[in-house]
Amino acid sequence: MAVVFEKPSFLTDTPLHYCPGCTHGIAHRLVAEALDEIGAKGHCVGVAPVGCAVFAYNYFNCDMQEASHGRAPAVATGIKLTNEDNIVFAYQGDGDLASIGMAEIVHAATRGVNITVIFINNAIYGMTGGQMAPTTLIGQKATTCPSGRDAKVNGNPIRMCELLATLDGPSYIARCSLADVKNVKEAKKCILKAFQNQKEGKGFSFVELLSSCPTNWHMNPQQALEYVKNEMTAKYPLGVFKEV
Amino acid sequence: MAKLTINKELCKGCGLCTTACPKQILAVSKTVSNSKGYFVVEELDPSKCIACAFCATMCPDCVIKVEK
Repeated sequence: MAVVFEKPSFLTDTPLHYCPGCTHGIAHRLVAEALDEIGAKGHCVGVAPVGCAVFAYNYFNCDMQEASHGRAPAVATGIKLTNEDNIVFAYQGDGDLASIGMAEIVHAATRGVNITVIFINNAIYGMTGGQMAPTTLIGQKATTCPSGRDAKVNGNPIRMCELLATLDGPSYIARCSLADVKNVKEAKKCILKAFQNQKEGKGFSFVELLSSCPTNWHMNPQQALEYVKNEMTAKYPLGVFKEV
Repeated sequence: MAKLTINKELCKGCGLCTTACPKQILAVSKTVSNSKGYFVVEELDPSKCIACAFCATMCPDCVIKVEK
């Protein structure tokens, strides 16, 4: 029998610690498949964030470095500069990248460093228990905005892809969703493109993945994906924002 | 002939595969659980599987291997 689908070799056998139905697992797998396909085995270094994906260094079959909160693009820049033959990626959540790490991501992007950044946008701080994130939607409830985010009190959500696309440095910026099979397959293509860009030396590549957090959204996994499909995609339109 | 191999020990019973399956042949068990206490997913009618791998595509924990 021919194998149609199996776990990519770039993922270790360590069981994922994520909550049931969390799309971090899908994102990990897509990154691993892309790294397998571009042949990065043996010369790949990943940078793990602070947040739910903090244990990413246990899951990828490559060298990994844990960065301080939000500093993954800066650490990845350093790793890339020491050996430009390495495929270097940063894997970050929205609280990490769009809040405390805003300076690092913007400057890594504008320098056009030849790295790949995978940005998981689930509109909430997951690990710390569901506080409002920079990407939390207007009206969405979190522990720090219990009656729903109000633009007058809490400000407006940040669209990272649109923001970074205004810069001259990045070579590829795309937003995808992990809400269903079709979108996951599309996300796979974008992640592969982002890594191929790096391999070809084109420069900074950034892929945002709209993800779910069933636990902190207080939904079941299916409802959470429906929320991504209906509510998040309306605020965060999918597509390629920059391709050079 | 398609064959699904489900690693039930790693399954968390989230059910994302059950909604992705176009043939509706996967379901989260009401009786079978693994050592972590999660009710795991089961294949109800293996003969109907078309090996589309939609279940495996949506599985966050890579517990499903698909062969054809």
